[in-house]
Amino acid sequence: MTALVSTSGSASTRDIVAGDRGRRAFRRRVALAILVGAAVVLAALSLMVGRTFYPPGEILRVVLGEEVPGASFTVGRLRLPRTALAVVAGFSFGLAGVTFQTMLRNPLASPDIIGISSGASAAATFAIVMLSLDGAGVSVFAVVSGLVVALLVYLLSYRGGVAGTRLILVGIGLAAMFKSATSYFLSRASEWDHQEAMRWLTGSLNGATWSGTVPVAVALVVLVPLLLGQSRNLNQLALGDDTASALGVRVERTRLITIVAAVVLIAFATAAAGPVAFVAFLSGPIAARVVGPTGSLLLPAAFVGVVLVLVADLVGQYATGTRYPVGVVTGVLGAPYLIYLIISTNRARGAL
Amino acid sequence: MTCKQKHTLVAEELSVGYQDRIVIEDLNLTVSPGEITAIVGANACGKSTLLRSLSRLLRPRSGLVLLDGTAVHKIPAKRLAQQLGLLPQSPIAPEGITVSDLVGRGRHPHQRVLSRWRAEDDEAVADALEATDTVELAERPVDELSGGQRQRVWIAMALAQRTGILLLDEPTTFLDVNHQVEVLDLLTDLNRALQTTIVMVLHDLNLAARYSDRLIAMVDGQIHAEGDPAEVLTAETVGRVFGLTSKIITDPVSGRPLMLPVGRHGASPDGPA
Repeated sequence: MTALVSTSGSASTRDIVAGDRGRRAFRRRVALAILVGAAVVLAALSLMVGRTFYPPGEILRVVLGEEVPGASFTVGRLRLPRTALAVVAGFSFGLAGVTFQTMLRNPLASPDIIGISSGASAAATFAIVMLSLDGAGVSVFAVVSGLVVALLVYLLSYRGGVAGTRLILVGIGLAAMFKSATSYFLSRASEWDHQEAMRWLTGSLNGATWSGTVPVAVALVVLVPLLLGQSRNLNQLALGDDTASALGVRVERTRLITIVAAVVLIAFATAAAGPVAFVAFLSGPIAARVVGPTGSLLLPAAFVGVVLVLVADLVGQYATGTRYPVGVVTGVLGAPYLIYLIISTNRARGAL
Repeated sequence: MTCKQKHTLVAEELSVGYQDRIVIEDLNLTVSPGEITAIVGANACGKSTLLRSLSRLLRPRSGLVLLDGTAVHKIPAKRLAQQLGLLPQSPIAPEGITVSDLVGRGRHPHQRVLSRWRAEDDEAVADALEATDTVELAERPVDELSGGQRQRVWIAMALAQRTGILLLDEPTTFLDVNHQVEVLDLLTDLNRALQTTIVMVLHDLNLAARYSDRLIAMVDGQIHAEGDPAEVLTAETVGRVFGLTSKIITDPVSGRPLMLPVGRHGASPDGPA
């Protein structure tokens, strides 16, 4: 190699750099637009389809608050809360999942694998069955437990620093424990019907109400800006803690803010819809494939989450003669991917 | 580039440790501005720990690291990162990331939370790519590159950061010998052209002696010897640092000292023929 330090980059190199950046930004914008479009179309579809089909015009009138005979009740009172819950829960799961995966640089480190969803879910069942709480009380209970579980996983896997694999294994163990606790609480609630039980085991949108949906929406309004504000820092964390720190990221602070925000999102969404299986886990990797290996995955993954929940709910309700809760469908989609991931990460270490 | 002013980096009575173990005790060091300093020593002698404390990845138990007279722990993270760069031993390239994207990450300390990418950022990335001879790799994914190319790309990222001081933790480990020389030549070019102060931990004594203006030999968390490589690299130092009997000759290529290890086997019993 010859001595080649120049003092100013030549114009052609700058064009290459700007060109590459432009292409990446363009692909990202297109991908994000497709995801948002898909989410909007699916949300509209979930309002239109059902025992009676209502055309988009009537849906729009109902949403705008007009009184439409028939549609006002079916769409406004039954389908709209359900769709709204699907959207906010999917968004929360997707966003929280990819936050954890990016921060811990491991796709297995999503909150539904490492016990945070199941912890919040166990707490919610406990609050409902044993303490007869409802609405906000359940949410608060779920949020506090979610944070406690996150802290517990962190402390149990701490040994002079947190290694991703140890944290994941500890989390899987705790998740199993919380699932059995949930089953136990449900067994004490003899008068509960089967569908209600399914909500807390795999997640379900059945019986969605505004009182369950609104707290999740409020949590999103507060926490989404907070998380997006950290997205550049999170991106640097993907280069390793040392590199991120050398680039001026305050690693511990970033980690604390994002963990708390993600756990609160997960807990609110879980309190409303139950631990919808694998949505948090699947959204990040799917988003990474759609937008490519560039830039923040937070928003793309959030919209993938919305799409997943909406599709799974439509499939669960209408694809077969039986109506399955949404979590059963996402579980069927997620489990094979989990197995694939465990097999392939043994071969090569990858991030998302 | 714009980092012409020389910064001073000083460690004063520095003690650093992990949990119950003290790794460095009461260490004093003044990094000579505008020069290349190489730190050598046996495994676990504290050389990486020293580098990590200088870049405040580790908080000292006692003592201070001062950048231009201010304790590094008191400097806001981003402002410190505009003046002091660090390339850790094993940075992680996210799957599929392109070279120019990765190098662009070096601009992070110069960007605000919501600020847009500026022409200045493109220019810094372009400069860094040209300086490291990686322009033609710009659009390739980092995972497809050879070890030597990848290391040049990481150095390019640190260059895009445009810091006056660059710390490198074993930048030549895992590289073939040709790539080791290539990386060290590159760092020398940077030092000459931009007066970048370079501090690097190196494994290879002979390369360290050849490429440094100042050599620091560490033993058990202390500086055993420091100064001109010709004065530091002696049979006595090698014995003390590595517990190895050796012979020092003058490197016919560089005129610097060259260490030849004397093992139990392989050395001619009658001395050189």
